[in-house]
Amino acid sequence: MSAETAILLSLGVPVAGAILIALAGRISPNLREAATLVTAASLIACVWSLLPEIYAGGRPGVQVSEILPGIHIAFQVEPLGMMFAALASGLWLINSIYSIGYMRGNREQNQTRFYVMFAVSLTATIGIAFSANLFTLFLFYEMLTLSTYPLVAHKGDEKTIRSARVYLGILITASIGLFLPAIIWTYSVAGTGDFTPGGILQGHIEGPLVGLLLGLFVFGAAKAAVMPVHRWLPAAMVAPTPVSALLHAVAVVKAGVFTITKVIVYIFGIDFLFAEPSSGWLFYASAFTIIAASAVALRQQNLKRLLAYSTIAQLSYVVMAAAVLKPLAEVGAAIHMLAHAFGKITLFFAAGAIYTASKKTELSQLRGIGRRMPITMTAFTIGALSMIGVPPTAGFVSKWYILAGAFQADNYAALATIILSTALNAAYFLPIIYLAWFEKDNTPAGKEHGEAPFAAVLALVITAALTLGFFVFNAPAVELESQLVKPLMQGQP
Amino acid sequence: MTGIEAHLPVLQVVVPLLMAPLVILLQPRGLAWAATTATSLMAFLVAVQLTIVVLGGQELYYELGGWSAPYGIALNVDSFSALLLLILTGASTLALLAGKVSIDTQIEAPRQPLFYSAWLLVLAGLAGILVAADAFNIFVFMEISSLASYVLVAGGPDRRALPAVFKYLVMGTIGATFYLIGVGLVYMMTGTLNLLDMEARIHEVADLKPILVAAGFITVGLALKAAVFPLHMWLPGAYTYAPHAVTVFLAACATKVSLYVLLRFDFVVFQQNLVGHDIQFAAFLMPLAVLAILVGSAVAMFETNLKRLLAYSSVAQIGYILLGTSMVSVLGLTASLLHMFNHALAKGTLFLAVMCLALRVTDLNFSHLAGAARQMPWTFGALMLGGLSLIGIPGTAGFISKWYLISAALDEGLLGIALIAVIVIGSLMAVVYIWRIVETTWFKPAVDGNATLSEAPLPMLLVTWFCALANLWFGLAPSLPLRLSGTAAESLLQHLP
Amino acid sequence: MELLGLYHYWVFVVLMMIGFYAIVAKVNLVKRLIGLSLFQSAVFLLYITMSKVTGGTAPILQDGMVDQVFSNPLPQVLILTAIVVGISTTALGLGIVVRIKEEYGTIEEHEIQEINQR
Repeated sequence: MSAETAILLSLGVPVAGAILIALAGRISPNLREAATLVTAASLIACVWSLLPEIYAGGRPGVQVSEILPGIHIAFQVEPLGMMFAALASGLWLINSIYSIGYMRGNREQNQTRFYVMFAVSLTATIGIAFSANLFTLFLFYEMLTLSTYPLVAHKGDEKTIRSARVYLGILITASIGLFLPAIIWTYSVAGTGDFTPGGILQGHIEGPLVGLLLGLFVFGAAKAAVMPVHRWLPAAMVAPTPVSALLHAVAVVKAGVFTITKVIVYIFGIDFLFAEPSSGWLFYASAFTIIAASAVALRQQNLKRLLAYSTIAQLSYVVMAAAVLKPLAEVGAAIHMLAHAFGKITLFFAAGAIYTASKKTELSQLRGIGRRMPITMTAFTIGALSMIGVPPTAGFVSKWYILAGAFQADNYAALATIILSTALNAAYFLPIIYLAWFEKDNTPAGKEHGEAPFAAVLALVITAALTLGFFVFNAPAVELESQLVKPLMQGQP
Repeated sequence: MTGIEAHLPVLQVVVPLLMAPLVILLQPRGLAWAATTATSLMAFLVAVQLTIVVLGGQELYYELGGWSAPYGIALNVDSFSALLLLILTGASTLALLAGKVSIDTQIEAPRQPLFYSAWLLVLAGLAGILVAADAFNIFVFMEISSLASYVLVAGGPDRRALPAVFKYLVMGTIGATFYLIGVGLVYMMTGTLNLLDMEARIHEVADLKPILVAAGFITVGLALKAAVFPLHMWLPGAYTYAPHAVTVFLAACATKVSLYVLLRFDFVVFQQNLVGHDIQFAAFLMPLAVLAILVGSAVAMFETNLKRLLAYSSVAQIGYILLGTSMVSVLGLTASLLHMFNHALAKGTLFLAVMCLALRVTDLNFSHLAGAARQMPWTFGALMLGGLSLIGIPGTAGFISKWYLISAALDEGLLGIALIAVIVIGSLMAVVYIWRIVETTWFKPAVDGNATLSEAPLPMLLVTWFCALANLWFGLAPSLPLRLSGTAAESLLQHLP
Repeated sequence: MELLGLYHYWVFVVLMMIGFYAIVAKVNLVKRLIGLSLFQSAVFLLYITMSKVTGGTAPILQDGMVDQVFSNPLPQVLILTAIVVGISTTALGLGIVVRIKEEYGTIEEHEIQEINQR
């Protein structure tokens, strides 16, 4: 099929899937699960079919409609978006397999609504990934916020509603209060909002206004959880774990850092931003977030909250790498989106598996659990090592590129931050691994348990394998993302 | 179609006006409703036809009885009129189509023909204002529509409507009388009542002070009618206790027509003739608009009655409309007129959904609404869509006007940044009160009989969803209202020096 | 002398303000309506005084008139309309007051508000 068709199908398939899942849900749960898996598989087919063209250097696009003069709904596929969409679609399938195990294992309510909203959220994610201009991105960005709300508020009890309110409140406030003015400002000074290699703001804005606009974008895209707009992430942990896996690996947070990276590369332009001193604050804000979030993670006793703060830190790796504003670091930022996705989804899958099998949520309950749930904890260990950045895991690869980029920019502060945060990561992950494997089991009598349901275990084995596999097979991804910065690396303007 | 086409402006008014007394005779059940709805639909078709003609670049000009202006009565339809005629007739038709069941529950059968007759008078009166080209005719039609709307609002079963209507009557009459004084003063100085003629003749007037006084009276009078803060006191009571179908109709268009008159008068007659008037106008309206947005939204956030919450939200939205006009620029005026259209869509949807809800629940206070939406998901869905449009989420109509407003504000320099902050804060407050509605009706555990509610009747739902989807349509394909607003804004501004 | 010569405008203003005061300050609904009526009557006076031309006679054409100054008929016609509007408004207002009396048993504003609070 042609690239244009593939793009439109990539958006249409999850929407159609949502309707199918809703209908199938009325007939039987198995049919509904099948509908989800079929939709996810079809989405992979549509999205991944675009890969060859992107690798070859093509940038297919399609314009859907003109809303206002000069403002269109349009899509265009470029390396960053391609990677994001491929990641999202691929992990959705695995996440769906996991969800089946988790939701059935915990006998959750409203499962049809759950799967339907997942499909809608994926539509929004693909829309963000393939957006060709700021307006389209904003449209799907808001759609993502609204479609993930029912997922976060799934349990429906008082505490969940309150946390979901925080989630929605922070995201919408940041979007309408900061992101939207930034977008309109960009449109009004540059005359367009189209993502263009090299950026569109050169010559239209200068001085401290550049730093201000950057700030509006960075904090407006609150999904990237740069402090202080990060509070929604720990609040969202009340959601069922497949949702946390979706939020932390696949859709929401990646949408945030994707937006920031895309804005830096395609709206501001790396060179333009590098030459503007007022943009320097971003580096320090992200570095601060990395260190602070890691420090907070150290003190967490609830496993999911610890993983939440770890995510906040890892996301700011991406932002910091993007803020280094050198080609190798931009590649590192993109690769880290991938690497973190694999590792974090594994960790969340493991956390959810533990909960499903034993209802355990606190670190203190995890003593000796490695012997009861060996597969799960092996996967957890792999994920944790990836977060720390130890070979042979994915995390090592991305850290390598970020470090290389930092060297390229002579940015020793970045170096120091990475080293310090690696140490902090080790400090909160290694103890968990230790007490899971080497401490005595403290499960109370009568609450013995084994491994999690098969579907859940299958999923986390796949993602753990991906985490390891990425260490070896990362060349395609690196090559794809290098295209992002190719003109710059060759010294062209 | 040049035969009928030439008479369209007057038909817009005459058809409902003639049907109004006839409807009283239609005693059999449902006949009055059918006749009224048919008339309203016909009025809508006339409005559509007028819009088509106007979009082709023409302005329609009609002289009653063949007497030419300025001695005769002239009617004029341009893009501004067309935009509002669409809103008016559209809102009326939708409210009637959806409202039959609701009206049947709230108004006893013997009184219904009188009720529908009043409805048609409101329609005729407001349409008359929109096509009239001279000041006194506007007054007459204004009073026709106002008096009939007092009857409509007082028609419901809730006795609290009565003191509310009394207040509405008193304030509305004061407003109309102020307007009359203003028109009288201008007539005294120029000798004409025709708007365009006034514009020309004021040039020759020696002493401009009475004109200034007249401008003041007219502005305040129309501000009273348009519920501009702080003269909005009548609106919450009137909207809350009116029969639900009436609220749909009035909320969508009543105040906007008064704003129409205000803008016409101001831009056509006063702006170019009074030196520095545009600055006075802006200086007067802008703070009021800001206050309307902030205070209206703030009060809405704490309201406990669903209809009253939406009424205060309307006060805030009128503030948005005025904010755009007070910027006295093409972009600002376009935003303002666009928001008239988009707000009608959003509020119309919201009040239609409320009408559906009201059919099933005991009353509309939050304490009695808990969990109601779970049993009525379609109603709730439409409510949400209207709410999203009110907030201004991209993809909905409300977003388009917010975009234009913010773009217009960007042209105002430092002041514009403050205005953008106000607009954004207003939107965030809208998020809060819409969210309260969602949370109470969906997430809270059901109280009283809310666990066993049935969904609203299908015809009602269909109309409500039609309106809700229109929000989406005009959020993604806003070319029609955009063209009308843009042309209207330009033509209003070209009267400026 | 200008001031005294414009006495009709003063009457208009004073009457208008008396009416306005009644609307705002009185709590009895009928008294408010009376105030509204006064308020509107003041405007009628404004228009009518506007129409009187010095030395003008009633604006009725008769055969054989030549060089006759007429008062301006237009404001008089406008005011007829406005009077009708005023009558309708008063009638409607009184009708509402009657209904309020039926429903609330009182026509004092503060008592009505009190009953509503309960």
